[in-house]
Amino acid sequence: MIDNIALKMTGITKRFTGVLALDEVDLTVQKAEIHALLGENGAGKSTLMKILSGAYTRDAGSIELYGEPVDIQNPKQSENLGISIIYQELNLIPHLSVAENIYLGRHKMKNKFQIDWKQIHESASQLLKELDVEIDPQIKVGSLGIAHRQMVEVAKAISLNAKIIIMDEPTAPLTEKETENLFRIVRKLKAKGVTVIYISHRLEEIMNLCDNATILRDGRTINSVAVKDTSVDELIKYMVGRELKDKYPRVSKTIGDDFFTVTGLSSEKVHDISFSVKSGEILGFGGLVGSGRTETARAIFGLDKKLAGTIKIKDKVLTINTPKDAILAGIGFVTEDRKDEGLVLSMNIRENVSLASLKQLSQGIQLKLKQERNIATDYVGKLNIKTPSIEQISKNLSGGNQQKVVLAKWLISESDVLIFDEPTRGIDVGAKIEVYNIINSLAKSGRAIIVISSEIPELLGICDRILVMARGRKSGELLIEEATQEKIMVFATGSEKHVRGYKDEI
Amino acid sequence: MKFDAKGFVRPGRFNNSSNILGIMIAFIIMSLILSIATTSFLKPANLLNVIQQISINFTLAIGMSFIILLGGIDLSVGSNVALSGLIMAILMKQMMLPVWVSIVIGILVACLIGFLNGFMITFFSLPPFIATLGMMSIARGLAYTITAGQPIYTFPPAFTAITGRVFGIPLATILIMVVLFLIASYVLRYTPYGRSFYAIGGNRNCAKLSGISVKKIEASAYILSGFCCGVAAMILTSRLDSAVPTNAEGSELDAIAAVVIGGISMSGGEGSISGTLIGALIIGVIANGMNLLYVPQGAQRVVKGLIILLAVIIDVLRRRKKD
Repeated sequence: MIDNIALKMTGITKRFTGVLALDEVDLTVQKAEIHALLGENGAGKSTLMKILSGAYTRDAGSIELYGEPVDIQNPKQSENLGISIIYQELNLIPHLSVAENIYLGRHKMKNKFQIDWKQIHESASQLLKELDVEIDPQIKVGSLGIAHRQMVEVAKAISLNAKIIIMDEPTAPLTEKETENLFRIVRKLKAKGVTVIYISHRLEEIMNLCDNATILRDGRTINSVAVKDTSVDELIKYMVGRELKDKYPRVSKTIGDDFFTVTGLSSEKVHDISFSVKSGEILGFGGLVGSGRTETARAIFGLDKKLAGTIKIKDKVLTINTPKDAILAGIGFVTEDRKDEGLVLSMNIRENVSLASLKQLSQGIQLKLKQERNIATDYVGKLNIKTPSIEQISKNLSGGNQQKVVLAKWLISESDVLIFDEPTRGIDVGAKIEVYNIINSLAKSGRAIIVISSEIPELLGICDRILVMARGRKSGELLIEEATQEKIMVFATGSEKHVRGYKDEI
Repeated sequence: MKFDAKGFVRPGRFNNSSNILGIMIAFIIMSLILSIATTSFLKPANLLNVIQQISINFTLAIGMSFIILLGGIDLSVGSNVALSGLIMAILMKQMMLPVWVSIVIGILVACLIGFLNGFMITFFSLPPFIATLGMMSIARGLAYTITAGQPIYTFPPAFTAITGRVFGIPLATILIMVVLFLIASYVLRYTPYGRSFYAIGGNRNCAKLSGISVKKIEASAYILSGFCCGVAAMILTSRLDSAVPTNAEGSELDAIAAVVIGGISMSGGEGSISGTLIGALIIGVIANGMNLLYVPQGAQRVVKGLIILLAVIIDVLRRRKKD
């Protein structure tokens, strides 16, 4: 049995500024098995895998490969040890061909100066054939769909003689058919003796594909089970570890009349979106990644050009061409990506929280710095942002606290309509509950709230109504009483009959 | 306007104030060395010379600070100074317009050059480096063309008086520098407009999402830089009492150097005008010191280059440490 162990990680601990991401995590994976790594967002799966692939270094703990202790300090080392990771956001260069991407940095040379392109194309073609994938190795990666790009990554991993391949949520962007094809290839890898560590939220997939599963929660290993001896329910229990109702606080509130109404909104990415949000209501936006939820918000907010549609607050039709127009009209957009869009990391908390309200905080041409300090101090207290001072540079805050700074920015701007895009992504469970409380209190005060989330339990837990999108269109709408995980998934996966207008589009 | 104990250091930008402290110490040490190594450095006449010598670079560096805070760059400032100086000269010397009218028109032309930079950068999304590189050549070319390469000299006393001395002190020059410094510091520290520069330089996407009109502010920065060129042209032309198409050649590099030495990050979003002032002072004092020590021109350039590199290396190391 010992001989059969491919990877053994013991007592792995990793701390980011102020946040304990991994707390003595253990993971044991057998040779040539498909091992599921499970856990909610923020449970520590990605961090653990990044340690294995050398993107992060561990603070404590040990790693053994085939019984040999190894010390992985950087990605190159990990690659040399036969470990390959295929990230959600694939690591390919779109302008280069499939073959070039596979052999990037390892070009076969004809002589000292010339690259042997013929050889490269041939071996790439051979690799892809072995995987039963029909891709022309000379085509540019940028012209491939996401499923094919994954195959290119798999081929690259094999060309690197990877013995352990980590796949981070590979099926999230795939259609059902593409998913089946991926499974076929994963099983093929297993038959070739490759060990696959498979990260996914989709438990049915795990039951169908994997041999063993390790479950993480809040940065700890909860259990390791053989898939054939367990059930989806049991896995959920391990993952969640508590009742849903504790995770998603509800408040009693009154829902008023239609407040924010969008009719027939189209942009280049979304088509004919209509919905309304009542004051005091939390409307959820469900759907798969890339279904057009964020794009809908971007079109509303004046970030993407609107091709058609009207937006109203109460009975007033709004003209929104820029984010500035949207903010002046009373709309706030808490974006998904804190670091790219939500925060100016080089600015301190005070300067970040006031950024969308500079006009309100000025008198004539002058900023009221004292009022700015007061309001920042006030919100740091209200939202329980953990920081030594409002003058702390945002870069130095933990993810959860950064997210609260972004929230504070939009709370201060006193928007009547607030759009939250994945408001709890990548923050720990405690901070999540605080974020839900903030959203609830905003709704309670009569604002109209939209929450975009890829976590269905989150939508079920905090929303009053859920709108589901698929392929850039609205595919369904469910009252919270009738909404279930399955119904949302049916709409989201766009089992085609449910997607209104999809067929016309083809 | 309120001054706190730290003078003009932005409240709470502790990182920056410590940066400023660093270059301030470097500046003081340099000054100490020079006052020991030479007998004339500390003499009032020499110090006043230093101030007069840095006035043009400091004026240009103020405009450049706004642009570099946004993560941009303006290579056209030297040419702009030459062109707008010549226009002032032509207007008052050949067209006999009143001095103040000539100055105003000259500054407006400088602003127009800045506006064209801003327009190309925001409307056509040209990289600032390319847009202003093109403008650098265009403005210099125009400067040669409008005078057929000939210098214009000997201006009305009202014009040369701008850089004249009262009891040996270049009063008006100092006054212009102080006013520009105060306004620029005030804008960056106390106005939403100034705050926007830090937001855009730090994270353009976020600034836009927070309702800041990124393009308008970007364009305005280049106009501001143009304005500073116009003012610098006035000072330079007045002091030299002549305008030639080769005036201020390479002065964009000195302005960039002052900004960078002063701690404004080339990637934007961090730094202050106080830093730029000290940056300009350091460059001025080094040049002055080397002159006093009879260092040849060639070696002076080498030293200046080394100091710029050192400043950028310090910036890079500081950034790396922070990440």
